[in-house]
Amino acid sequence: MRKVVILGLGHTKFCFNSPKTGVEMLAEASVEAILDSNLNPRDIQSAYIGNVLGTFCEGQATVSQFACDDIGCLNIPAIRYEGACASGSIAVREAFMWVASGFYDVVLVGGVEKATAMGTSLATRTFCMGTDSKYEFGTGLTFPGFFALLTRLYATQYNLPLSRLKEQMALVSVQSHKYGMKNPHGQIKQEISVDEVLKSMPVCTPLNLHDCCPFSDGAAAAVLCSEEAARKISSKKPVYISGIGLATSGKMSSQYKYLPRLRARELAAQQSYQMTGFKPEDVDVCELHDCFSIASFIAAEGLGFFEPGKAGEAWEKGDADIGGKIPINISGGLKAKGHPIGATGVSQLYHITKQLRGEMEENGVQVDGARVGMIDTLGGDGCICNLILTTDGI
Amino acid sequence: MDYKLPFKEYNKALRKNKLLGLKCNDCGSITCPPKMACQECQGLDLEIVELTGQGKLLSFSTHYIAPLGRDNEIPYTVALVELDEGPWLLGNLIDINPRKMDMGLIGQKVTTAGRVFPGDTYSDGPIARPVFSLVE
Repeated sequence: MRKVVILGLGHTKFCFNSPKTGVEMLAEASVEAILDSNLNPRDIQSAYIGNVLGTFCEGQATVSQFACDDIGCLNIPAIRYEGACASGSIAVREAFMWVASGFYDVVLVGGVEKATAMGTSLATRTFCMGTDSKYEFGTGLTFPGFFALLTRLYATQYNLPLSRLKEQMALVSVQSHKYGMKNPHGQIKQEISVDEVLKSMPVCTPLNLHDCCPFSDGAAAAVLCSEEAARKISSKKPVYISGIGLATSGKMSSQYKYLPRLRARELAAQQSYQMTGFKPEDVDVCELHDCFSIASFIAAEGLGFFEPGKAGEAWEKGDADIGGKIPINISGGLKAKGHPIGATGVSQLYHITKQLRGEMEENGVQVDGARVGMIDTLGGDGCICNLILTTDGI
Repeated sequence: MDYKLPFKEYNKALRKNKLLGLKCNDCGSITCPPKMACQECQGLDLEIVELTGQGKLLSFSTHYIAPLGRDNEIPYTVALVELDEGPWLLGNLIDINPRKMDMGLIGQKVTTAGRVFPGDTYSDGPIARPVFSLVE
């Protein structure tokens, strides 16, 4: 396999009620990534696009081909990838494979969603399509509900009083809002306190509104290429995709005894760690899937950063903040940066690559000396993708 | 190879308050809701068994935001139960005021019956769902 470099990056603002169409947002992020790569649209050989609900948001399937045609990437293979909220990182993994194999040298990867166009009720319904339609949806289970069930399982499993756990979970939202303020692409620009999280309206007990990420509109894109092509095209410090992992699970009841841990995540992370030879302590910065506050704890533990049941204490001690053991979601995460589901994995790639390039100084959020970064994205009941990025091309 | 217990049959039985599962002839464990392979050992030699519906409550969440068309059900409570025969089952906890629910419920014994969600624009028909009641 060849080494794969992230050459250029693009990112629209994440927001409520975007005035742009999904195709336009994707096209704008893509052109930004192509220009950042010192390339032209005609240099792109193939495109890999995460998008989940275009059909429901705007009655638009296959956004990939329309956006590529709009920006002058004419007649290339431009395919949409769908793995619920992990669609973007799944598209990145797919693009990686095609370049690593030697089949293509320069490809575009992107993701887009325009979920707020649906309104909360339809958006909630369509997100439920990521649960089992026959054995779960009948009960009215939603995704905040899924993680609410995991919250009580977590409290029981690790013998934590629910009130203590909820206070720890609130710290996740507080930290994410703090960093969302510093992200020029971020959706929510508001500091928040533990008390405000705990007193926000209940969505699915024991989760409140501020335990939950918003519905979002937005797009992100990147150009991937072979190491050889990167040397010819750009003088920028290369950032490599060095590890990839992907695993899936079935419905919640089918994962039974393993819960509240998510086996698909642990397997996906093992794949990346094995591919790079790294251990959790080698990772300098991480963007993980904090769709709900408790999801951050389960993810940080599943990736091996903290012992099971101990992530709450880690957030209390500042171990997940800049200067701590492993800075997590310094972009503001899904909670404050926003979560346009098809774009999220690519947005995570954008932010980790910027950290590894050392370009986050201007936003005041640079993790000093970051050389190894991790991305973790979760879709539906269990489709979990992991990527390890490095500056050294291991 | 056909499913031993397809959704249609499971659904029909649950509508009559009968909870069906699958017993694995390789390892003896029970799978419910049904799958094509045993959820414990992935064996394919399964036979249909009727389950007691008795179990203990593992987790629950009262929903205050519903998917499109289901606002009339709010607040409703989704629950996970570990059945006496082993498998975990997702359903609705009923017959108890959501405001009186707390962590003290975890571990309490429940029984199972069936109720029907009539379906919506995106469903292809009615779906029977397990409902759990606390054993007094």
